[in-house]
Amino acid sequence: MRSNSPIKAPAARTEQIILFRVSGQLFAVSSASVQEVRGVDSLSGAAKEISQPTLRKVKHVVRRGENSVYVVNAAMHFGLPPAPPALVFVLRRTRTALLIDGIEKMTTMTRLQALPLAFCHEERGWYRGLTALDQTVVPVVKPDGFLTSDELFLLDASSSQEAEAEASNVAEENAQHGIDTSITQ
Amino acid sequence: MTLITGTELQSFVLLRLSDRRFAVAANQIAELVPPSRVFRFPHHTSEVEGVILRRGRIVPVCDVAEKLIGKGLKSRRFYLIAQRCYGAQTEWVALPVTGDCELINAEMTLPSDTDAPHVSGWLSHAGDVIEVLNLAALTPGPGQPVSVASPLQPLEARP
Repeated sequence: MRSNSPIKAPAARTEQIILFRVSGQLFAVSSASVQEVRGVDSLSGAAKEISQPTLRKVKHVVRRGENSVYVVNAAMHFGLPPAPPALVFVLRRTRTALLIDGIEKMTTMTRLQALPLAFCHEERGWYRGLTALDQTVVPVVKPDGFLTSDELFLLDASSSQEAEAEASNVAEENAQHGIDTSITQ
Repeated sequence: MTLITGTELQSFVLLRLSDRRFAVAANQIAELVPPSRVFRFPHHTSEVEGVILRRGRIVPVCDVAEKLIGKGLKSRRFYLIAQRCYGAQTEWVALPVTGDCELINAEMTLPSDTDAPHVSGWLSHAGDVIEVLNLAALTPGPGQPVSVASPLQPLEARP
């Protein structure tokens, strides 16, 4: 005997995503990957400059507890023309904060297509895949694809060198200050 | 010396790039579609121009004209959507073409050692000698190009 109840199609798996712009180009990121969204102005107090000539996309670092979070300019990462960023995504489970132009909207994707194998260079590390939204194709970024482990190693080394140099400067200043003080005494 | 691959005729699709014609084994062709919007996003694979949306699939557009005729296409009339093998996996790629395509039956002559890797054979048709294209050597993909693909072998399509 057949049941009269209609057969329900399994619900499509969906994922909440944030569409954002970098130099006019649209990208998507899983909203679960974004820990915080902040204005760039709010970073100015907390961020320290970092200079790594081979990694021009990173110019600032923010200390967060034990970790250094590196601020990546998304336009430079993707090789897009520079545009003044307005927002920062702090990406969950990474040590990356991403400078972007702005958020387009939040939406849901029902299908993520793997990046076609014809794409065979660095972009394979940049994107989780592609999704079609309203007859437009949007690349979905990989949160851990902005900095490779080698780049993080380089940045950590650079960051600690700068910290050491700063500590040494402070010590020198203090010593200098001490001498001056003894003279005045 | 070249060998003829038997007396059996095989099907090929002839495609036009500017004033030259090339052939692809018909069993590697999915469809011929009019040009549609190419979606572009940042990447470093120069041979891929972008992607098109076709029947719900996202298909990379590979302009092979630069490699085959030494210049990119200024205009395009169709996209020839072909299956490209990546080892055991098969994916669609869209090849921009400048004119009508034609289905023919012909005998294929195997390539010689001196032929370019993208040549998987030769056809003689209507007074022309036409290269049969090895898409795996012509279009980009990860790692070393896989050995193709005699066009005589059926290709497995995996959606």
